[in-house]
Amino acid sequence: MAPKARKRSPSKGRGKGKGKGKGKGKASRPSTSLGYPEDIFPLVLTSATQELFNCRIDEDVTEKSPFKLLKKDDIIDDMKRRAAVSDFSPVKQTVLAYPEEEMLLVFDSNLTYGQFFYLVLTPESKDRILKSPEGEELLMADKRPQFWISLGSEKEIEEPIKETREKLRLKLRVDRAVQSKVCFSDRDCAESKDGHLECTSYEDSKFKIKKLLTDCGVQAVPMIQTNSCQTMRMVPKDTFTQYEPREFSTEEKETILKEQSLMNFCKAQIPRMLFALQQEEIINVFLDDWKALATGLEACDWSGQVSDTLVLHQVFTDQKFAKSKTISCLNWHPTIYGVIAVAMTKRHEELAEAVSSPPLIVFYSFSNPSSPQFLLECPDDILAFQFSPSNPNIIVGGCLNGQVLLWDISAHVTFIQATQPGSRRESINSDKFDLNDSRENIPIVRFCAVSALESSHKAPVTDVQWLPPTFEVTMMGLPVENKQKVSIQIITCSPDCTLRFWDVRLPAEFSNTPTESTPTVDHKTPMTTCSVPETFKHLDRTWKPMFRVSLSKIDTKGEYVPMKFSFENFITTTERDKEIKGTEALLDYSQLKIPASEKLKEMDNINTKFFVGTENGEIIYSDWKLESDDSGRPHSSKPFACFNSHHWLVNTVQRSPFFKDILLSTGGWNFAIWKEGVMDGPLVASQYFEQECTVGCWSLSRPAVFFIGKTDGSVEIWDLLKNSSEPLQLHPHISKSKITCMKACSFTAKQHFLAVADDLGVLRIFEIPKALYLPSRHESLSMKKYFDLEAESLKDYLKREEFWTKHKKEEEEHKTKLKKEPEKPETPPKEIHRLDLTEYSDDLILEEELLQDMGLWPIAVESER
Amino acid sequence: MAEVEETLKRIQSQKGVQGIIIVNSEGIPVKSTLDNQSTVQYSALIHQLVMKARSTLRDIDPQNDLTFLRVRSKKNEIMIAPDKDYFLIVIQNPSA
Repeated sequence: MAPKARKRSPSKGRGKGKGKGKGKGKASRPSTSLGYPEDIFPLVLTSATQELFNCRIDEDVTEKSPFKLLKKDDIIDDMKRRAAVSDFSPVKQTVLAYPEEEMLLVFDSNLTYGQFFYLVLTPESKDRILKSPEGEELLMADKRPQFWISLGSEKEIEEPIKETREKLRLKLRVDRAVQSKVCFSDRDCAESKDGHLECTSYEDSKFKIKKLLTDCGVQAVPMIQTNSCQTMRMVPKDTFTQYEPREFSTEEKETILKEQSLMNFCKAQIPRMLFALQQEEIINVFLDDWKALATGLEACDWSGQVSDTLVLHQVFTDQKFAKSKTISCLNWHPTIYGVIAVAMTKRHEELAEAVSSPPLIVFYSFSNPSSPQFLLECPDDILAFQFSPSNPNIIVGGCLNGQVLLWDISAHVTFIQATQPGSRRESINSDKFDLNDSRENIPIVRFCAVSALESSHKAPVTDVQWLPPTFEVTMMGLPVENKQKVSIQIITCSPDCTLRFWDVRLPAEFSNTPTESTPTVDHKTPMTTCSVPETFKHLDRTWKPMFRVSLSKIDTKGEYVPMKFSFENFITTTERDKEIKGTEALLDYSQLKIPASEKLKEMDNINTKFFVGTENGEIIYSDWKLESDDSGRPHSSKPFACFNSHHWLVNTVQRSPFFKDILLSTGGWNFAIWKEGVMDGPLVASQYFEQECTVGCWSLSRPAVFFIGKTDGSVEIWDLLKNSSEPLQLHPHISKSKITCMKACSFTAKQHFLAVADDLGVLRIFEIPKALYLPSRHESLSMKKYFDLEAESLKDYLKREEFWTKHKKEEEEHKTKLKKEPEKPETPPKEIHRLDLTEYSDDLILEEELLQDMGLWPIAVESER
Repeated sequence: MAEVEETLKRIQSQKGVQGIIIVNSEGIPVKSTLDNQSTVQYSALIHQLVMKARSTLRDIDPQNDLTFLRVRSKKNEIMIAPDKDYFLIVIQNPSA
């Protein structure tokens, strides 16, 4: 450190002079022997100390401002730090004892006390010095801020302009030529450049604002978002397992079989098993006796209205159409509930009379008993008709003149369906009209096609049936597969001794002709209220049968005269058939062609044999397949069997809906049940009744029940299982005239109806009670057994009969032989007699034995023996 | 082995017996008079039934054990005689 202390000679005089110079009445300070007053101490401050206390000469402390206030603490610190070296060490005690915090250090440039600085030791002196005007003046800069004293600076300057001097008045004289007026005006100095001098501001190019970089704090905070995710834990699960049973190989089995343990086991268990089996044989341990008492009908009928007779449900008769007419045939509509079709024909007695209404088939519906739904027009009386099994809109009918007709009622089916019990008939207005009008409201459908007159039957068609959709028949009568799965063939029979087979399709050769020849058919109909459907236009008037079957008599010449027939209705109900039924309606018959018979697959399991009931009361069993005889021409084979069971014309030959080979035939004064295959005779032939049996019909739900209609208008219900010689129920005089037709139908499981039509044209619908439609336990099994039994007993009977007749013949022979014996003289009479006797006695014994076997031996004689 | 055959014949000769099967304790058929498929089916199913029946009885009363089981159905009756190592199954049609 370079001490900068300049020693100046202390100037006593100055100090004093200072004091004197003030002249403010201050008492002069006591001076010490040292040459300076007691309350000050001259100090030598090194430059380091000067810097420390900010009292550097000529920088912090000058002549003008010589005072410096130092903090006592700082001085003490300095003294502590530098101990003896400190400049303040000589005044150490005084400083420590100094009462105030600040000490005055005065810079003495004049060196009044011998040093540059001097420290004022007492507070009074400090105050004295400081408060001296000199001091005060010089401390102006050190003055602490004082309260602002208003010196008038806040006042607005009222007088902006202050004249510094008096305004000068100048008088100017201008010598001008013309003494005109002088006009003074103001001029803006900014207008001309000369008017003023301006120091414009300009950008100082040297002036730069230094750009400094400042640190700025940035904090990056990550955005945290909670998210979750769940995975489906795939649990392996077995979906399929394939396993094989564990088995022993034969060697293992053999070893096991030889083991002792197996022996023991057998010994122990087999007696138990035998015991159980024996128990089984003795009695049925598990038989519920209580339940076995039930007869199959529900014991508790809580309806209260139980009746076990036929209940009349509805009667249909129509004055216009049914007047003086008889119903020749009736059919239930196969699909639509409550619709029945009846064919009205003229009565036999009234053939000559003019009939009011033309021949018709009338459709009745349950929903409207007063008038028919619609009518089918026919050229002549219809004796038989049938709905097609695959498409109930097609109806085939056979006429009195031998023609076969086809109707298509698909246009009117919706009309009938609209009048179902569920829907409201909107034709309430029809009540307002009279009967004539309502008659005209009934639509009439004309037939679509009629067979060619030359090739139809020569006698009335008495029976017509569709072949089921499962098979069709070729020209030779062979049953083949039916590709369309639709009923397309019809069989008709007529008393002209033939059965004819018809096909609804065109034969393959005649593909072009029909459409041109029959355009005029439509216009000839006066009665038509609607257009004729064109379904069978291709057949109209040109329809020919495929082939015909004649029934020649077995033993004699001539032919049988068929009235009704029945063939086995072979139906296979497969899934495919049910599907196809839905699409049946789209079939266009005119486009169908009879395929070549070679292409179709022959069906072996179809039974082509059929039963025919004739006019004379015979039942014929024949085959419709044509055979080709020697000349190569096909002809029908002779019937297999003929049974003469009825005495008058057969009016029903019907197969049982439960058994394919059981038939019911009625005719004359009795009825008979036949089994196909039993060629000897009817299984059951009833007694001869007083009244003729006019019609017979099997029940659709009970295999043992059938209905018989009589000439006196009564209906009998027979149950073969209960009693085969008497009817179960007799409903006498249901109608005044004879029953002509009867058909049963069931729409739901609970609703069974029997339609009974009579000679007066009245159709009655009966509801079959539960007792008659619920089959009893194992009824069909029992019936089967019954029929089998009957067949056997029939065989038995016939055998016995045969034997008995043979025996009778033998007896007769023997008797004649005996008579002849006495005429022979050759053999000795005694011997002969003995021989005869032995022979005779042998015969007698034999006879006795035989008759005993047959049970014909009179009991009285037996008891004698 | 002949003994076994002989006793089985005795059972077979009873009225209405349709089949006999001897099954071991695991359900594997040892001897049978029916065809393989039916045998295997019967033995597997009846084995399970017998196990169930046995366990049922023993759960109710541990001192008890199954001696004979008869299953009567609409068409026939199945009789089962269980033992420690084997069981004997006889199928009978009582009405035949």
